[in-house]
Amino acid sequence: MPGSLVLDGVQSLGRYGIRTLASLGRFGMFLGEALLWAVVPPFKARQALQRIWFVGLRSLSVILLTGAFTGMVLGLQGMLMLQRVGSEAFVGPLVAIALVRELGPVLAALMVTGRAGSALAAEIGVMRITEQIDALTVMALNPMRYLVVPTLVAGVVTLPLLAWIFDVVGIYGGYLVTVKLFGMSSGTYFGQIRAFLDTGDIWVGFWKALVFGLIIAWVACYKGFHVGHGAEGVGRATTEAVVLASVLILVVDYFLGSVLP
Amino acid sequence: MTAVPAPAIRVEGLKKRFGTQEVLRGVDLAVAPAELMVVIGRSGGGKSVLLRHLLALVRPDAGRVVIDGQDVAALHGRALDGIRERFGVVFQGGALFDSSTVLENVLFPIRERRRFAPTDLVPRAQEALAQVGLAEMGHKYPAEISGGMRKRVAIARALVTEPQVVFLDEPTTGLDPILVNSIHHLIVGLHRKYGFTAVMVSHEIPEIFQIASRVAMLHEGRIHAVGTPAEIQDSTDPAVRRFIHGEVEER
Repeated sequence: MPGSLVLDGVQSLGRYGIRTLASLGRFGMFLGEALLWAVVPPFKARQALQRIWFVGLRSLSVILLTGAFTGMVLGLQGMLMLQRVGSEAFVGPLVAIALVRELGPVLAALMVTGRAGSALAAEIGVMRITEQIDALTVMALNPMRYLVVPTLVAGVVTLPLLAWIFDVVGIYGGYLVTVKLFGMSSGTYFGQIRAFLDTGDIWVGFWKALVFGLIIAWVACYKGFHVGHGAEGVGRATTEAVVLASVLILVVDYFLGSVLP
Repeated sequence: MTAVPAPAIRVEGLKKRFGTQEVLRGVDLAVAPAELMVVIGRSGGGKSVLLRHLLALVRPDAGRVVIDGQDVAALHGRALDGIRERFGVVFQGGALFDSSTVLENVLFPIRERRRFAPTDLVPRAQEALAQVGLAEMGHKYPAEISGGMRKRVAIARALVTEPQVVFLDEPTTGLDPILVNSIHHLIVGLHRKYGFTAVMVSHEIPEIFQIASRVAMLHEGRIHAVGTPAEIQDSTDPAVRRFIHGEVEER
Protein backbone atom coordinates (compact mmCIF):
# COMPACT_ATOMS: atom_id res chain seq x y z
CA MET A 1 0.00 0.00 0.00
CA PRO A 2 1.37 3.44 -0.86
CA GLY A 3 0.44 4.77 2.59
CA SER A 4 2.53 2.19 4.42
CA LEU A 5 5.36 2.71 1.92
CA VAL A 6 5.46 6.39 2.84
CA LEU A 7 5.32 5.49 6.52
CA ASP A 8 8.20 3.01 6.07
CA GLY A 9 10.19 5.69 4.31
CA VAL A 10 9.60 8.20 7.09
CA GLN A 11 10.47 5.57 9.70
CA SER A 12 13.75 4.59 8.09
CA LEU A 13 14.62 8.24 7.57
CA GLY A 14 13.92 8.86 11.27
CA ARG A 15 16.00 5.84 12.27
CA TYR A 16 18.86 7.07 10.09
CA GLY A 17 18.59 10.54 11.61
CA ILE A 18 18.63 9.21 15.17
CA ARG A 19 21.56 6.90 14.43
CA THR A 20 23.52 9.77 12.85
CA LEU A 21 22.78 12.07 15.78
CA ALA A 22 23.74 9.38 18.29
CA SER A 23 27.05 8.67 16.55
CA LEU A 24 27.78 12.40 16.34
CA GLY A 25 27.11 12.59 20.08
CA ARG A 26 29.48 9.69 20.76
CA PHE A 27 32.10 11.32 18.55
CA GLY A 28 31.84 14.58 20.50
CA MET A 29 31.75 12.90 23.90
CA PHE A 30 34.87 10.92 23.00
CA LEU A 31 36.79 14.18 22.54
CA GLY A 32 35.23 15.65 25.69
CA GLU A 33 36.31 12.65 27.75
CA ALA A 34 39.81 12.70 26.25
CA LEU A 35 40.22 16.43 27.00
CA LEU A 36 39.10 15.78 30.56
CA TRP A 37 41.72 13.06 31.00
CA ALA A 38 44.30 15.39 29.45
CA VAL A 39 44.08 17.69 32.47
CA VAL A 40 44.00 14.97 35.15
CA PRO A 41 47.51 13.94 36.25
CA PRO A 42 49.59 11.80 36.03
CA PHE A 43 50.64 12.61 32.46
CA LYS A 44 52.13 9.89 30.34
CA ALA A 45 55.13 11.80 28.95
CA ARG A 46 56.82 8.67 27.66
CA GLN A 47 53.78 7.65 25.59
CA ALA A 48 53.37 11.24 24.35
CA LEU A 49 57.01 11.38 23.21
CA GLN A 50 56.59 8.09 21.35
CA ARG A 51 53.54 9.50 19.60
CA ILE A 52 55.32 12.78 18.76
CA TRP A 53 58.10 10.72 17.25
CA PHE A 54 55.60 8.68 15.27
CA VAL A 55 53.41 11.55 14.05
CA GLY A 56 56.09 14.19 13.69
CA LEU A 57 59.47 12.84 12.83
CA ARG A 58 58.24 10.08 10.58
CA SER A 59 56.08 12.51 8.60
CA LEU A 60 58.99 14.88 8.08
CA SER A 61 60.25 13.57 4.72
CA VAL A 62 56.83 13.76 3.10
CA ILE A 63 56.35 17.29 4.50
CA LEU A 64 59.72 18.42 3.12
CA LEU A 65 58.94 17.00 -0.31
CA THR A 66 55.40 18.32 -0.64
CA GLY A 67 56.35 21.67 0.92
CA ALA A 68 59.13 22.23 -1.61
CA PHE A 69 56.97 21.39 -4.61
CA THR A 70 54.00 23.40 -3.38
CA GLY A 71 56.25 26.45 -3.04
CA MET A 72 57.72 25.81 -6.49
CA VAL A 73 54.27 25.53 -8.08
CA LEU A 74 53.13 28.71 -6.33
CA GLY A 75 56.27 30.49 -7.48
CA LEU A 76 55.83 29.31 -11.05
CA GLN A 77 52.13 30.07 -11.37
CA GLY A 78 52.48 33.33 -9.43
CA MET A 79 55.30 34.43 -11.68
CA LEU A 80 53.41 33.57 -14.89
CA MET A 81 50.30 35.34 -13.63
CA LEU A 82 51.95 38.45 -12.18
CA GLN A 83 54.19 38.89 -15.22
CA ARG A 84 51.04 39.50 -17.25
CA VAL A 85 50.13 42.48 -15.11
CA GLY A 86 53.71 43.54 -14.58
CA SER A 87 53.67 42.99 -10.80
CA GLU A 88 56.06 40.07 -10.50
CA ALA A 89 57.78 41.80 -7.56
CA PHE A 90 54.83 40.59 -5.44
CA VAL A 91 55.35 36.91 -6.14
CA GLY A 92 57.26 36.54 -2.82
CA PRO A 93 54.35 37.74 -0.65
CA LEU A 94 51.94 35.70 -2.75
CA VAL A 95 53.89 32.51 -2.12
CA ALA A 96 54.54 33.28 1.55
CA ILE A 97 51.04 34.40 2.54
CA ALA A 98 49.33 31.59 0.66
CA LEU A 99 51.62 29.09 2.38
CA VAL A 100 51.59 30.52 5.89
CA ARG A 101 47.87 31.24 6.14
CA GLU A 102 46.45 28.42 4.09
CA LEU A 103 48.45 25.83 2.22
CA GLY A 104 51.05 25.11 4.91
CA PRO A 105 48.60 24.05 7.61
CA VAL A 106 46.09 22.42 5.25
CA LEU A 107 48.50 20.45 3.09
CA ALA A 108 50.69 19.45 6.04
CA ALA A 109 47.54 18.25 7.84
CA LEU A 110 46.36 16.29 4.81
CA MET A 111 49.80 14.70 4.44
CA VAL A 112 49.91 13.77 8.13
CA THR A 113 46.36 12.38 7.86
CA GLY A 114 47.47 10.08 5.07
CA ARG A 115 50.78 9.22 6.60
CA ALA A 116 50.13 9.03 10.37
CA GLY A 117 46.35 9.32 10.86
CA SER A 118 45.69 6.13 8.92
CA ALA A 119 48.46 4.27 10.75
CA LEU A 120 47.19 5.46 14.14
CA ALA A 121 43.62 4.36 13.37
CA ALA A 122 44.88 0.97 12.21
CA GLU A 123 47.15 0.53 15.23
CA ILE A 124 44.44 1.42 17.74
CA GLY A 125 41.91 -0.67 15.79
CA VAL A 126 44.18 -3.71 15.99
CA MET A 127 44.69 -3.06 19.71
CA ARG A 128 40.92 -3.03 20.10
CA ILE A 129 40.22 -6.29 18.24
CA THR A 130 43.13 -8.15 19.86
CA GLU A 131 41.82 -7.08 23.31
CA GLN A 132 44.91 -5.00 24.11
CA ILE A 133 42.64 -2.07 25.02
CA ASP A 134 40.58 -4.37 27.27
CA ALA A 135 43.84 -5.57 28.82
CA LEU A 136 44.72 -1.97 29.68
CA THR A 137 41.24 -1.42 31.12
CA VAL A 138 41.31 -4.48 33.38
CA MET A 139 44.81 -3.55 34.55
CA ALA A 140 43.01 -0.45 35.91
CA LEU A 141 45.08 1.62 33.45
CA ASN A 142 42.79 3.98 31.59
CA PRO A 143 43.17 3.61 27.80
CA MET A 144 42.14 7.26 27.39
CA ARG A 145 45.16 8.26 29.46
CA TYR A 146 47.53 5.78 27.85
CA LEU A 147 46.45 5.91 24.21
CA VAL A 148 44.21 8.83 23.38
CA VAL A 149 45.66 11.72 25.40
CA PRO A 150 49.27 11.10 24.20
CA THR A 151 47.99 10.97 20.60
CA LEU A 152 46.08 14.25 21.00
CA VAL A 153 49.14 15.87 22.56
CA ALA A 154 51.28 14.64 19.67
CA GLY A 155 48.81 16.03 17.12
CA VAL A 156 48.62 19.42 18.79
CA VAL A 157 52.39 19.70 19.28
CA THR A 158 53.61 18.39 15.94
CA LEU A 159 51.17 19.87 13.43
CA PRO A 160 52.14 23.54 14.03
CA LEU A 161 55.82 22.56 13.80
CA LEU A 162 55.28 20.56 10.61
CA ALA A 163 53.22 23.39 9.11
CA TRP A 164 56.04 25.87 9.82
CA ILE A 165 58.56 23.52 8.25
CA PHE A 166 56.22 23.19 5.27
CA ASP A 167 56.02 27.02 5.03
CA VAL A 168 59.77 27.58 5.22
CA VAL A 169 60.60 24.84 2.72
CA GLY A 170 57.80 26.12 0.45
CA ILE A 171 59.12 29.69 0.56
CA TYR A 172 62.55 28.39 -0.45
CA GLY A 173 60.88 26.32 -3.19
CA GLY A 174 59.31 29.52 -4.50
CA TYR A 175 62.72 31.22 -4.24
CA LEU A 176 64.26 28.46 -6.35
CA VAL A 177 61.80 29.05 -9.19
CA THR A 178 61.49 32.84 -9.11
CA VAL A 179 65.12 33.72 -8.33
CA LYS A 180 67.07 30.86 -9.86
CA LEU A 181 64.78 30.15 -12.83
CA PHE A 182 63.17 33.51 -13.64
CA GLY A 183 66.15 35.56 -12.50
CA MET A 184 64.41 37.79 -9.95
CA SER A 185 66.75 39.27 -7.36
CA SER A 186 66.66 37.49 -4.05
CA GLY A 187 66.50 40.88 -2.31
CA THR A 188 63.18 41.62 -4.01
CA TYR A 189 61.80 38.17 -3.25
CA PHE A 190 62.60 38.19 0.47
CA GLY A 191 62.26 41.96 0.89
CA GLN A 192 58.67 41.92 -0.33
CA ILE A 193 57.90 38.93 1.90
CA ARG A 194 59.23 40.88 4.89
CA ALA A 195 57.15 43.89 3.89
CA PHE A 196 53.84 42.07 3.50
CA LEU A 197 53.88 39.00 5.74
CA ASP A 198 52.96 39.97 9.30
CA THR A 199 52.74 38.10 12.58
CA GLY A 200 48.93 37.96 12.25
CA ASP A 201 49.35 35.63 9.24
CA ILE A 202 51.69 33.42 11.23
CA TRP A 203 49.21 33.21 14.10
CA VAL A 204 46.39 32.25 11.74
CA GLY A 205 48.54 29.43 10.38
CA PHE A 206 49.47 28.36 13.89
CA TRP A 207 45.89 28.12 15.16
CA LYS A 208 44.78 26.27 12.05
CA ALA A 209 47.59 23.72 12.33
CA LEU A 210 46.87 23.21 16.02
CA VAL A 211 43.18 22.55 15.39
CA PHE A 212 43.99 20.25 12.45
CA GLY A 213 46.41 18.29 14.65
CA LEU A 214 43.64 17.82 17.19
CA ILE A 215 41.21 16.71 14.46
CA ILE A 216 43.61 14.12 13.02
CA ALA A 217 44.35 12.58 16.42
CA TRP A 218 40.72 12.71 17.55
CA VAL A 219 39.35 11.07 14.39
CA ALA A 220 42.09 8.42 14.25
CA CYS A 221 41.61 7.45 17.91
CA TYR A 222 37.81 7.46 17.66
CA LYS A 223 37.74 5.31 14.54
CA GLY A 224 40.32 2.95 16.03
CA PHE A 225 38.39 2.63 19.29
CA HIS A 226 35.11 1.94 17.50
CA VAL A 227 36.46 -0.52 14.98
CA GLY A 228 34.25 -3.31 13.56
CA HIS A 229 35.21 -6.96 13.41
CA GLY A 230 38.42 -8.47 12.10
CA ALA A 231 40.83 -7.27 9.44
CA GLU A 232 38.00 -5.89 7.34
CA GLY A 233 36.87 -3.73 10.27
CA VAL A 234 40.38 -2.34 10.71
CA GLY A 235 40.59 -1.59 6.98
CA ARG A 236 37.28 0.22 7.06
CA ALA A 237 38.18 2.18 10.19
CA THR A 238 41.43 3.30 8.56
CA THR A 239 39.70 4.48 5.39
CA GLU A 240 36.95 6.22 7.34
CA ALA A 241 39.52 7.95 9.55
CA VAL A 242 41.38 9.35 6.52
CA VAL A 243 38.21 10.46 4.72
CA LEU A 244 36.56 11.98 7.80
CA ALA A 245 39.72 13.77 8.96
CA SER A 246 40.40 15.16 5.46
CA VAL A 247 36.84 16.43 5.05
CA LEU A 248 36.79 17.92 8.55
CA ILE A 249 40.13 19.66 7.93
CA LEU A 250 38.83 21.34 4.77
CA VAL A 251 35.49 22.32 6.31
CA VAL A 252 37.03 23.62 9.52
CA ASP A 253 39.67 25.45 7.46
CA TYR A 254 36.97 27.48 5.77
CA PHE A 255 35.32 28.41 9.06
CA LEU A 256 38.61 29.19 10.81
CA GLY A 257 39.62 31.23 7.78
CA SER A 258 36.52 33.35 8.12
CA VAL A 259 36.72 33.71 11.91
CA LEU A 260 40.44 34.30 12.42
CA PRO A 261 41.71 37.84 11.57
CA MET B 1 27.54 -30.88 45.20
CA THR B 2 30.24 -29.43 47.40
CA ALA B 3 29.26 -27.05 50.18
CA VAL B 4 30.33 -23.55 49.22
CA PRO B 5 31.65 -21.22 51.93
CA ALA B 6 31.27 -17.45 51.68
CA PRO B 7 31.98 -17.00 47.99
CA ALA B 8 34.66 -14.77 46.61
CA ILE B 9 32.61 -14.31 43.44
CA ARG B 10 28.85 -14.50 43.22
CA VAL B 11 26.88 -14.00 40.02
CA GLU B 12 23.16 -13.48 40.54
CA GLY B 13 20.47 -13.46 37.87
CA LEU B 14 22.77 -12.05 35.19
CA LYS B 15 20.96 -11.19 31.97
CA LYS B 16 22.36 -9.73 28.78
CA ARG B 17 20.86 -9.18 25.37
CA PHE B 18 22.64 -7.99 22.21
CA GLY B 19 20.01 -6.75 19.79
CA THR B 20 17.48 -9.53 19.45
CA GLN B 21 19.84 -12.19 20.78
CA GLU B 22 19.48 -13.03 24.47
CA VAL B 23 22.95 -14.33 25.38
CA LEU B 24 22.63 -14.62 29.15
CA ARG B 25 19.20 -15.48 30.51
CA GLY B 26 19.75 -15.38 34.27
CA VAL B 27 23.14 -16.78 35.19
CA ASP B 28 23.66 -17.76 38.83
CA LEU B 29 27.09 -18.93 39.91
CA ALA B 30 29.08 -18.93 43.14
CA VAL B 31 32.85 -19.31 43.16
CA ALA B 32 34.50 -20.02 46.50
CA PRO B 33 37.75 -18.35 47.59
CA ALA B 34 40.85 -20.07 46.20
CA GLU B 35 38.74 -22.23 43.93
CA LEU B 36 39.61 -22.92 40.28
CA MET B 37 36.21 -22.78 38.60
CA VAL B 38 36.12 -23.80 34.95
CA VAL B 39 33.16 -22.65 32.89
CA ILE B 40 32.42 -24.91 29.93
CA GLY B 41 29.82 -24.64 27.23
CA ARG B 42 29.35 -24.54 23.50
CA SER B 43 31.17 -22.04 21.34
CA GLY B 44 29.15 -18.87 21.01
CA GLY B 45 27.16 -19.84 24.09
CA GLY B 46 28.09 -16.75 26.08
CA LYS B 47 31.07 -17.96 28.14
CA SER B 48 33.27 -15.05 27.12
CA VAL B 49 30.35 -12.64 27.58
CA LEU B 50 29.96 -13.95 31.13
CA LEU B 51 33.67 -13.44 31.74
CA ARG B 52 33.50 -9.89 30.37
CA HIS B 53 30.73 -9.19 32.89
CA LEU B 54 32.97 -10.42 35.72
CA LEU B 55 35.61 -7.94 34.51
CA ALA B 56 32.99 -5.17 34.23
CA LEU B 57 33.93 -4.71 30.56
CA VAL B 58 30.25 -5.24 29.78
CA ARG B 59 27.34 -4.03 31.90
CA PRO B 60 24.45 -6.44 32.47
CA ASP B 61 20.83 -5.72 31.56
CA ALA B 62 19.88 -7.25 34.91
CA GLY B 63 21.57 -9.05 37.78
CA ARG B 64 24.69 -8.60 39.88
CA VAL B 65 28.32 -9.65 39.89
CA VAL B 66 29.54 -9.56 43.47
CA ILE B 67 33.27 -9.89 43.99
CA ASP B 68 34.45 -9.74 47.58
CA GLY B 69 31.19 -8.14 48.67
CA GLN B 70 31.12 -5.45 45.97
CA ASP B 71 28.80 -5.38 42.97
CA VAL B 72 31.28 -4.69 40.16
CA ALA B 73 28.45 -4.06 37.72
CA ALA B 74 27.53 -0.98 39.72
CA LEU B 75 31.07 0.32 40.27
CA HIS B 76 32.65 3.11 38.25
CA GLY B 77 35.85 5.13 38.14
CA ARG B 78 38.28 4.79 41.02
CA ALA B 79 36.17 2.24 42.91
CA LEU B 80 36.14 -0.04 39.87
CA ASP B 81 39.87 0.47 39.29
CA GLY B 82 40.41 -0.37 42.96
CA ILE B 83 38.88 -3.81 42.58
CA ARG B 84 40.45 -4.37 39.14
CA GLU B 85 43.88 -3.85 40.67
CA ARG B 86 43.30 -7.15 42.45
CA PHE B 87 42.59 -8.94 39.14
CA GLY B 88 44.87 -10.80 36.81
CA VAL B 89 43.46 -11.50 33.35
CA VAL B 90 44.62 -13.83 30.59
CA PHE B 91 42.81 -12.96 27.38
CA GLN B 92 42.02 -15.44 24.65
CA GLY B 93 44.68 -14.26 22.22
CA GLY B 94 47.05 -13.18 24.99
CA ALA B 95 46.39 -9.47 24.28
CA LEU B 96 50.10 -8.73 24.60
CA PHE B 97 51.14 -5.20 23.63
CA ASP B 98 52.75 -5.96 20.30
CA SER B 99 54.89 -2.83 20.15
CA SER B 100 56.61 -3.78 23.43
CA THR B 101 59.04 -6.60 24.18
CA VAL B 102 58.05 -9.60 26.28
CA LEU B 103 59.84 -8.17 29.33
CA GLU B 104 58.22 -4.74 28.86
CA ASN B 105 54.83 -6.44 28.62
CA VAL B 106 55.34 -8.13 31.99
CA LEU B 107 56.86 -4.99 33.48
CA PHE B 108 54.03 -2.75 32.30
CA PRO B 109 51.36 -3.43 34.96
CA ILE B 110 53.78 -3.28 37.89
CA ARG B 111 55.62 -0.21 36.62
CA GLU B 112 52.41 1.73 36.04
CA ARG B 113 50.75 0.81 39.32
CA ARG B 114 53.73 1.91 41.41
CA ARG B 115 53.02 -0.59 44.14
CA PHE B 116 56.58 -1.91 44.12
CA ALA B 117 59.96 -0.21 44.56
CA PRO B 118 61.48 0.89 41.22
CA THR B 119 64.59 -1.25 41.75
CA ASP B 120 62.37 -4.26 42.37
CA LEU B 121 60.50 -4.07 39.05
CA VAL B 122 62.85 -5.77 36.57
CA PRO B 123 63.81 -8.66 38.92
CA ARG B 124 60.12 -9.18 39.65
CA ALA B 125 59.20 -9.28 35.95
CA GLN B 126 62.10 -11.60 35.19
CA GLU B 127 61.05 -13.91 38.00
CA ALA B 128 57.51 -14.01 36.58
CA LEU B 129 58.93 -14.92 33.17
CA ALA B 130 61.15 -17.58 34.72
CA GLN B 131 58.10 -19.11 36.40
CA VAL B 132 56.48 -19.69 33.02
CA GLY B 133 59.76 -21.00 31.60
CA LEU B 134 60.60 -18.00 29.46
CA ALA B 135 63.49 -16.42 31.36
CA GLU B 136 65.55 -16.06 28.18
CA MET B 137 62.80 -14.55 26.02
CA GLY B 138 62.46 -11.11 27.61
CA HIS B 139 64.09 -9.22 24.73
CA LYS B 140 61.84 -10.70 22.03
CA TYR B 141 58.70 -9.12 20.62
CA PRO B 142 55.36 -11.00 20.84
CA ALA B 143 55.38 -11.52 17.06
CA GLU B 144 58.75 -13.30 17.32
CA ILE B 145 57.62 -16.06 19.69
CA SER B 146 55.27 -19.01 19.24
CA GLY B 147 51.57 -19.09 20.16
CA GLY B 148 52.25 -21.26 23.21
CA MET B 149 54.93 -18.86 24.43
CA ARG B 150 52.60 -15.89 23.99
CA LYS B 151 50.05 -17.59 26.25
CA ARG B 152 52.79 -18.13 28.84
CA VAL B 153 53.80 -14.47 28.66
CA ALA B 154 50.15 -13.51 29.12
CA ILE B 155 50.00 -15.71 32.23
CA ALA B 156 53.22 -14.16 33.55
CA ARG B 157 51.81 -10.66 32.95
CA ALA B 158 48.56 -11.58 34.71
CA LEU B 159 50.35 -12.98 37.76
CA VAL B 160 53.18 -10.48 38.16
CA THR B 161 50.92 -8.13 40.14
CA GLU B 162 50.15 -10.89 42.68
CA PRO B 163 46.41 -10.85 41.95
CA GLN B 164 43.79 -12.30 44.27
CA VAL B 165 41.42 -13.21 41.47
CA VAL B 166 42.56 -14.55 38.10
CA PHE B 167 40.38 -14.78 35.02
CA LEU B 168 41.42 -16.90 32.06
CA ASP B 169 39.55 -16.75 28.75
CA GLU B 170 40.28 -19.95 26.83
CA PRO B 171 43.99 -19.82 27.58
CA THR B 172 44.75 -22.90 25.46
CA THR B 173 42.79 -22.19 22.28
CA GLY B 174 44.73 -23.05 19.17
CA LEU B 175 47.46 -25.06 20.89
CA ASP B 176 48.41 -28.69 20.28
CA PRO B 177 47.49 -31.29 22.96
CA ILE B 178 50.97 -31.34 24.48
CA LEU B 179 51.00 -27.56 24.84
CA VAL B 180 47.45 -27.61 26.23
CA ASN B 181 48.57 -29.96 28.97
CA SER B 182 51.69 -27.96 29.70
CA ILE B 183 49.69 -24.71 30.03
CA HIS B 184 47.14 -26.48 32.25
CA HIS B 185 49.97 -27.88 34.36
CA LEU B 186 51.40 -24.39 34.68
CA ILE B 187 48.04 -22.89 35.70
CA VAL B 188 47.43 -25.56 38.32
CA GLY B 189 50.95 -25.20 39.72
CA LEU B 190 50.61 -21.42 40.03
CA HIS B 191 47.11 -21.75 41.47
CA ARG B 192 48.38 -24.11 44.17
CA LYS B 193 51.35 -21.88 44.89
CA TYR B 194 49.48 -18.58 45.17
CA GLY B 195 45.99 -19.71 46.20
CA PHE B 196 44.10 -17.12 44.12
CA THR B 197 40.48 -17.55 43.13
CA ALA B 198 40.32 -18.41 39.45
CA VAL B 199 37.59 -18.45 36.84
CA MET B 200 38.61 -20.07 33.58
CA VAL B 201 36.56 -20.35 30.44
CA SER B 202 37.52 -23.37 28.39
CA HIS B 203 36.29 -26.08 26.11
CA GLU B 204 39.26 -28.38 26.54
CA ILE B 205 37.32 -31.52 27.43
CA PRO B 206 38.32 -33.86 29.05
CA GLU B 207 41.61 -32.11 30.02
CA ILE B 208 39.97 -29.51 32.28
CA PHE B 209 38.50 -32.25 34.50
CA GLN B 210 42.03 -32.89 35.78
CA ILE B 211 42.65 -29.31 36.85
CA ALA B 212 39.32 -27.77 37.88
CA SER B 213 38.18 -27.53 41.50
CA ARG B 214 34.67 -27.36 40.10
CA VAL B 215 33.12 -27.17 36.67
CA ALA B 216 30.09 -25.12 35.62
CA MET B 217 28.33 -25.69 32.34
CA LEU B 218 26.73 -22.73 30.62
CA HIS B 219 23.86 -23.89 28.45
CA GLU B 220 21.17 -21.82 26.76
CA GLY B 221 22.11 -18.70 28.71
CA ARG B 222 22.01 -20.29 32.16
CA ILE B 223 24.32 -22.36 34.36
CA HIS B 224 22.87 -25.74 33.57
CA ALA B 225 25.06 -27.81 35.88
CA VAL B 226 27.78 -27.18 38.40
CA GLY B 227 29.83 -29.62 40.40
CA THR B 228 33.18 -31.31 40.90
CA PRO B 229 34.80 -32.77 37.79
CA ALA B 230 33.72 -36.24 38.90
CA GLU B 231 30.11 -35.11 39.39
CA ILE B 232 29.99 -33.50 35.96
CA GLN B 233 31.61 -36.48 34.28
CA ASP B 234 29.15 -38.88 35.93
CA SER B 235 26.17 -36.64 35.29
CA THR B 236 23.15 -38.30 33.76
CA ASP B 237 21.80 -35.00 32.46
CA PRO B 238 21.36 -35.37 28.70
CA ALA B 239 22.65 -31.87 27.83
CA VAL B 240 25.78 -32.37 29.93
CA ARG B 241 26.38 -35.82 28.51
CA ARG B 242 25.91 -34.58 24.97
CA PHE B 243 28.40 -31.79 25.53
CA ILE B 244 31.16 -33.68 27.30
CA HIS B 245 30.92 -36.74 25.09
CA GLY B 246 30.65 -34.65 21.94
CA GLU B 247 27.44 -36.34 20.83
CA VAL B 248 25.67 -34.72 17.92
CA GLU B 249 22.25 -33.42 18.89
CA GLU B 250 19.38 -35.18 17.15
CA ARG B 251 16.73 -32.86 15.84
